[in-house]
Amino acid sequence: MKEPALLEAIGVAKHYPVKKGLLFARQVGAVRAVDGVSFALHRGETLALVGESGCGKSTTARLVMRLIEPSSGDVIFKGENVTNVGGAKLRALRRHLQIVFQDPYASLNPRLTVADAIAEPMTVHGIGDAASRRERVQELLRLTGLRPFHADRYPHEFSGGQRQRIGIARALAVEPEVVVCDEPVSALDVSIQAQVVNLLGDLQQRLGLSYLFIAHDLAVVKHVADRVAVMYLGRIVEVAAKHELFSNPRHPYTRALLAAIPRPDPSRRGSVTPLGGDLPSPLAVPPGCRFHTRCPVAQAKCKELDPPLREIAPGHTAACHFAEDLPRFNAEADGGVAPVAQLRLAAYAAARAARAPAVVPAG
Amino acid sequence: MSMSDSLLRIEDLRTVFRSSNGDIAAVDGVTLEVPRGKTLGIVGESGCGKSMLSLSIMGLVPRPGRIAQGRVLLEEQDLASLSPAGMRAVRGAEIAMIFQEPMTSLNPVHSIGDQLTEAMRAHDAKASKAELKERAIEALRRVRIPSPERRFSEYPHQLSGGMRQRVMIAMALSCKPRLLIADEPTTALDVTVQAQILDLLRDLQAETGMSVILITHDLGVVAEMADEVAVMYAGRVVERGTAKDIFEDPQHPYTIGLLGSIPRIEEDRDRLLSIDGSVPPPFAFPKGCRFNPRCPFAIRACTEIDPPLRELSPGHRAACIRAPVELALDIAA
Ligand SMILES: Nc1ncnc2c1ncn2[C@@H]1O[C@H](COP(=O)(O)OP(=O)(O)OP(=O)(O)O)[C@@H](O)[C@H]1O
Ligand SMILES: Nc1ncnc2c1ncn2[C@@H]1O[C@H](COP(=O)(O)OP(=O)(O)OP(=O)(O)O)[C@@H](O)[C@H]1O
Ligand SMILES: [Mg+2]
Ligand SMILES: [Mg+2]
Repeated sequence: MKEPALLEAIGVAKHYPVKKGLLFARQVGAVRAVDGVSFALHRGETLALVGESGCGKSTTARLVMRLIEPSSGDVIFKGENVTNVGGAKLRALRRHLQIVFQDPYASLNPRLTVADAIAEPMTVHGIGDAASRRERVQELLRLTGLRPFHADRYPHEFSGGQRQRIGIARALAVEPEVVVCDEPVSALDVSIQAQVVNLLGDLQQRLGLSYLFIAHDLAVVKHVADRVAVMYLGRIVEVAAKHELFSNPRHPYTRALLAAIPRPDPSRRGSVTPLGGDLPSPLAVPPGCRFHTRCPVAQAKCKELDPPLREIAPGHTAACHFAEDLPRFNAEADGGVAPVAQLRLAAYAAARAARAPAVVPAG
Repeated sequence: MSMSDSLLRIEDLRTVFRSSNGDIAAVDGVTLEVPRGKTLGIVGESGCGKSMLSLSIMGLVPRPGRIAQGRVLLEEQDLASLSPAGMRAVRGAEIAMIFQEPMTSLNPVHSIGDQLTEAMRAHDAKASKAELKERAIEALRRVRIPSPERRFSEYPHQLSGGMRQRVMIAMALSCKPRLLIADEPTTALDVTVQAQILDLLRDLQAETGMSVILITHDLGVVAEMADEVAVMYAGRVVERGTAKDIFEDPQHPYTIGLLGSIPRIEEDRDRLLSIDGSVPPPFAFPKGCRFNPRCPFAIRACTEIDPPLRELSPGHRAACIRAPVELALDIAA
């Protein structure tokens, strides 16, 4: 028997009313930002939430963190329904759920020193005294590969990657169990992105953290996740263990996403296949299966019946009427890095290891 | 590559900004050729000078920046020495550019159709209004915008990001340029929309035979689109070659580090390679090789000598005195 989930969403939805008229505003519709989402995050794992812009990833994260109120559905933390808790209980919950944002520029207060920014969550939650907080800040700086003297500097003095490290240090200050990472590396350059991805991996191992990792880059997800949930227009359409999802995707949208990624391999040129059509608005979600307007294998049934997310193999769920009938997926297993390039990568890694400094460099 | 195979040749280009500490070079001695009918990919991280390079070609370097040195030869004509009016004529007719953010380059208060016909009128003052409209709708159809007649009278905010980028492409191509410069054309778009735009660009290139400079920081996009690749670092080209050269036989440690930094769908590694440190700003470029503080192969000479691009195999050049690095490693060990 598996351990019960650490954090669980059950049918969570967030609908934003759209009103018309100034004086006697009446509701004319709703933005179905998140439209009935269920998932479970287990202790020590990384669950990735992927999907295109506007599909509801950030809204889902904010719902399970209780930063916004769901229109319906439940949030369960460690077996307890926390959907409606308030006061001290909510504060305690927030301590256990911390978030790292996409934009390291916007998410730090420019007037706080790094030390103050990192210590702020401890102050808010009344943890420790000034001296112990100072000590903890130093520990967090070390942990995230920053230097002790960085404590007294201001955010504008740091590069994007360094600011993201500060954001991570701040999220870890109150020893959370779950860290929600909302596109933590999307705004960063490739070389810096790799530093932060590696750091998040190290921290998870050391501290036993659980990550809800939001991303739109499937290659990053392939690297960091244990399990992957794919979202489309406010819904989760497929969930599976990482290897299963990438080698045997059972939802046409997951397949389309995989086919759209350009691979860093010129011998594969031309393998990118675009999906037709535009993303529908969450104001006007198509009836039936919400993907049917763009689905290359849609049938008459798909226009009428909304397919539920159902288990099609142990640990693999998909919301498609024809999940079992899709042909075998052509996961191009070959390719990857050419032999000479591989040799150079190995040389680079060896040379880097040979002159590794004592602290993880933060750039 | 011989001269005649290339449409555009950039020679020792230096684009600078004046500052209190003297001139700061955003582009510092770049030499490149753009092959005829082919795509040159320019790749590098934020701030390495990709946009300044493309704006230099277009004669659109923002003040107080200026081209301080070098030539930009379109066939025989040096664009860097043209008057503003001369350059405007070239921009209208021979070179066009599309940018990363289509929303900021479209005017929100004018309809798509007005903006498109306006751009067309600039090259053909004699065409009648009806003619221009017909051509504009045809242009929208060519970039695969559904119901182009309806879209003609719509405004930018009524279009999705991908559609706005299509409109920008339609506008850029309306003058039938010989060279299209696309500066991060898909960076702001989702992957499925990006795939549509890349597909479209490829088709249009096959149709028109134009050359393309594709600027991006995404190595996947480069591999998918580019015939030739230039890797930029800190205002310089540090490696050039065919796409195959760069991805299968990377020579410069920066290129190698970049390739190691990208997570890949087709393989699992515990850790990404990652490059230590970060890109220095132009006023803090180090002496010698600009990559030396971050380079695991750097030796003392790298802090003193500024390495020129040297040819390692025909057409494949890298600016590194330690290349090929596997030999450097043996010596060090
Ligand atoms: N306060 C709000 N009022 C109305 N609509 C909203 C609000 N917040 C979000 N939305 C809409 O809900 C949908 C989901 O937004 P959300 O930010 O969760 O998407 P996302 O998947 O995180 O996208 P991105 O990848 O762009 O960050 C979008 O269409 C968005 O415009
Ligand atoms: N107006 C300006 N004054 C001074 N320096 C500038 C100015 N504009 C750009 N620069 C500098 O020139 C360098 C090159 O900038 P450029 O915009 O070409 O980079 P880029 O490679 O296009 O980066 P990105 O990927 O972020 O678009 C940068 O270091 C930038 O700070
Ligand atoms: Mg978001
Ligand atoms: Mg740029």
